[in-house]
Amino acid sequence: MRYHTPSSFDDAARLAAEASGVTRFLAGGTDVLVQMRAGAVLPDDLIDLKKIPGVTEIAQTGDGGWKIGVAVSGARLGAHEALVRDWPGVVEGMELVGSTQVQGRATLTGNLCNGSPAADSVPGLVAAGASVEITAPGGRRIVPVEDIPAGPGKTTLAAGEVISAILLPPRGAGGGDAYLRFIPRTEMDIAVVGCAVNLRVDGGRITEARVALGAVSPRIELVPACAEAIIGTSLDDAALDALAGAASAACNPIDDKRGTVEFRTEVAGVLAKRAARIAYARANGD
Amino acid sequence: MAKDEIREFRLVGTRPDRPDGLDKVTGRARYGADISAPGMLWGAVVRSPHAHARIVRIDSSKAEALAGVKAVVTRADFPTGLTGEDWNLQENTMAGEKALYDGHAVAAVAATSALRAQEAARLIEVEYEVLPHVIDVDDAIRPDAPVIREGAADATVPEGMPPNVVRYIDFGRGDIEAGFAEADLVMERSYKTEATHQGYIEPHACLGQLGEDGKGEMWVCTQGQWFIRRMCTAVLGLETSQLRVTPSEIGGGFGGKTTIFMEPLSLALSRKAGGRPVKIVMSRSEVLRATGPTASASMDVKIGMKKDGTLTAARAEFRMQGGAFPGAPVDMALYCAFAPYKLPAVQHIGYDVLANRPKCAAYRAPGSPMGAFAVESLLDEMCRELDLDPLEMRLKNAVNTGDTSSYGPKFGTIGLIETLEATRAHPNLSAPLGPNQGRGIATGYWFNHNGETSVSMALSEDGTVQVSIGTPDIGGSRASIALMTAETLGIPYEDVRVNVVETGALGVNEPTHGSRATFACGKAAVEAARQAIGEMCRRAASEWGIDPEAVEWMNGAAQPAGPNAGEFPPMTIAEIAGKMGSTGGPISGHHESVPDGVGASFGCHVVDVEVDPETGRTTILRYLVVQDAGRAIHPSYVEGQYQGGAVQGIGWALNEAYIYGEDGRLQNSVFLDYRVPVASDLPMIDTEIVEVPNPGHPFGVRGVGETGITPPLPAIANAIHQATGARLRQLPMSPPRVLAAIGEARQG
Ligand SMILES: Cc1cc2nc3c(=O)[nH]c(=O)nc-3n(C[C@H](O)[C@H](O)[C@H](O)COP(=O)(O)OP(=O)(O)OC[C@H]3O[C@@H](n4cnc5c(N)ncnc54)[C@H](O)[C@@H]3O)c2cc1C
Repeated sequence: MRYHTPSSFDDAARLAAEASGVTRFLAGGTDVLVQMRAGAVLPDDLIDLKKIPGVTEIAQTGDGGWKIGVAVSGARLGAHEALVRDWPGVVEGMELVGSTQVQGRATLTGNLCNGSPAADSVPGLVAAGASVEITAPGGRRIVPVEDIPAGPGKTTLAAGEVISAILLPPRGAGGGDAYLRFIPRTEMDIAVVGCAVNLRVDGGRITEARVALGAVSPRIELVPACAEAIIGTSLDDAALDALAGAASAACNPIDDKRGTVEFRTEVAGVLAKRAARIAYARANGD
Repeated sequence: MAKDEIREFRLVGTRPDRPDGLDKVTGRARYGADISAPGMLWGAVVRSPHAHARIVRIDSSKAEALAGVKAVVTRADFPTGLTGEDWNLQENTMAGEKALYDGHAVAAVAATSALRAQEAARLIEVEYEVLPHVIDVDDAIRPDAPVIREGAADATVPEGMPPNVVRYIDFGRGDIEAGFAEADLVMERSYKTEATHQGYIEPHACLGQLGEDGKGEMWVCTQGQWFIRRMCTAVLGLETSQLRVTPSEIGGGFGGKTTIFMEPLSLALSRKAGGRPVKIVMSRSEVLRATGPTASASMDVKIGMKKDGTLTAARAEFRMQGGAFPGAPVDMALYCAFAPYKLPAVQHIGYDVLANRPKCAAYRAPGSPMGAFAVESLLDEMCRELDLDPLEMRLKNAVNTGDTSSYGPKFGTIGLIETLEATRAHPNLSAPLGPNQGRGIATGYWFNHNGETSVSMALSEDGTVQVSIGTPDIGGSRASIALMTAETLGIPYEDVRVNVVETGALGVNEPTHGSRATFACGKAAVEAARQAIGEMCRRAASEWGIDPEAVEWMNGAAQPAGPNAGEFPPMTIAEIAGKMGSTGGPISGHHESVPDGVGASFGCHVVDVEVDPETGRTTILRYLVVQDAGRAIHPSYVEGQYQGGAVQGIGWALNEAYIYGEDGRLQNSVFLDYRVPVASDLPMIDTEIVEVPNPGHPFGVRGVGETGITPPLPAIANAIHQATGARLRQLPMSPPRVLAAIGEARQG
């Protein structure tokens, strides 16, 4: 195994593009190192991104959005008051990852690129309308987060492409977001269902909404039908029921040791309602 | 004994720091994997990926060609001709003609590094002929089930039983039909529990060395070094005394470390590698796939009850699989099932069934939790039907001292009634319950155990004392034994050092199992101390020139017994020890026996739960353990046992289970998916220690380690029923199951 410590994303992309065997980037390492120890993935090239300047920074962008470095840990994210004020749902998704120890290392980027359909921070990012900046040997481009997952353990990133930052849009007025997951225990578990809701209210009415579901399909999905069910409403019972119905209808889960198809489908609706209520309250400043 | 009961204790019942505490919290304590030796090799084990397969061919040539590989062993390296449990142990250690479960060892390799050994293990080619398999106990007992082993049934199995039944049990007393006829309500229900693992934090680890001369040494994480010695030497055909076994500190065992798994492999590899020591450390996945879980059970229970709650008759039929070998604890489950109750008529039937799963090992009160799940759930259901208070019903039928137990023997002094009364008086019973909340009550029982015990104590030159015991300290037994020894000798707790010693230092000791260490080793330590006191009194008498009978021992010193004995100042233990070299030599005490006077322990648990009606998720709000300890030598460690038992039971009740795929492979061999409770899942477990002293122990100890895992399964099922109206008769009561049951209860 070759271990690399590039000092720029261009170098990182070039190293990855030139590598021919199994290649992994190293952010927090809470997926990669575990996979290596288990013998599941034995990289030929391991490209550590943490020596690149700025990767642990969180910066406000000119338009009022946020740029989050690829090595920002969950703990740092949670300690950033202004970011938490803007995007509590995104942050709470990341903060659910692992334990205190894991929080010191684990990153949004790693969570996204590990490609798990149950990744806890990804539904929040998708619902928020976040995007990623991708650096490739040919240059940089910006891609919506929902276009990155490609199925269990897979992303749409090509060889030689590295994510160089995560971008959150400006929060604006009357916005609120929330993420909930279902696990049988209280922590250290993989989401059986995850749901993020991001919405904007104006005078009590929902004017914009994005809803994303995790762990109920091969990839984390943005579900427009869920958004439609609540846009234009003040989240009354009928709207909530329609939301739950749309969430359950969007499920295409597997039956496995972590949950049955029926259970996941039913609980997706339950979580959608509960997350929507929290997001709505946050948007109303309650 | 009566004298002991009214005596005020100086140390017994206090809570000093445990002697092994500092090492454990600073990381200095040495566990199984912490020992290395010069020239050491690392072992790795090749395991079957199939639930049931004939081993056609094993080709290790590629592995042996790898640099750094020093030995490969298969079953061909083990002696033949073993019988009975020795054969079972050998077959489980290393598969012979067939791999009998996913994870069954088929070969092992030793190399100069752990990575090299793992690489070599991957290069060992095993050709299998996959056979039909069976996992579930109800499938395994069918007449047409795949046969796991011909001729495994013992003499108890009548002609014509299905092929995987290897043991049959049938006992009882009274006129059972007359009993049911007399009842106002007779109910019969069926229950199932899944296999669970002991879930100890420390994986199995050992370092073994064996020379061509048949002499060997082993350092190992175990509950019982003599068991390791006997089993390893039996499996390898060695003389028992030629293997010396030293136990490490132990990060939990719960019964699962009372037997052998990879230990003989390290010895066999060492012998083949010219006597170089070989270390093997299991991964968590190996622990879950290949070391002993408990049995899974399928149970039918029928009970007759009068309107006032009086029990008239009971019948239990339990079917258990304990893996591909005989030994499911169906007998224990039946003995404990009705033990808390006076029953005029009772019948027990049990089947021990083979299935393609790992060989079950003991797990905390083996069998008792399953039986309790069935019986205590049904009693709760019957109390609801007859509108009876479940605690009062239990008090009405509770066994008392001198009663004949459901399984035969008469009870000695027991404290079930005191336990139930203490439960009734506890504030948790009147805590208010909100919507979607429910309270469940259940009782539980464990016999406790004595076992072969050998303990020595010796005086050091400064008057401090060392005690050598043979039972590894899992739950604070060093502290308890130091307290009892110091109490007996009249010296400070800190002056006693208790050492857990290797097999060469004492006679045979059974493991720390059966809740026996504080009872049996404590009793032996007290006897040893009394012997040393006798010798110290003799030394003082000889110095004073008086009769030894005229000397008594008080407050850590020899004193003349009364004015007629003469006037001498007390001679302290330090003074006697300081000159023992010139007064007759070393002073020690020793005791060995299978101590009689075991005292059984009953418990009663009360749990409050809240169930999310939309997700089926159960939260434990409050949990109370009330249990008879006889006497709590060190109350903190008694409470620790109560809490630990409850927590393991909570895991078993709610989420833990062995999950198999259609292919017979274990799907959840990591802690991510084998879900033991995490700390944030639990409230502080409330405890109440009841003390009805056991007259068979100098301080009244009963043993407290096991009863605590017995009531949680039914207590939680009963609480979930009250919270939701849904009665769950199958474990685990995981959210999908509870949600489905709530749906069914609403419809029906
Ligand atoms: C004990 C434990 C508990 C956990 N609990 C949870 C949980 O509750 N919920 C959850 O969702 N996850 C959980 N995880 C998984 C893991 O912690 C998360 O997925 C985490 O966010 C991964 O981030 P990381 O920085 O550690 O990723 P790494 O391990 O460093 O990398 C993960 C993957 O992302 C790729 N990658 C990293 N950076 C980039 C980049 N800039 N561009 C392209 N690819 C990149 C790597 O090549 C690798 O494939 C847990 C893990 C552990 C060990």
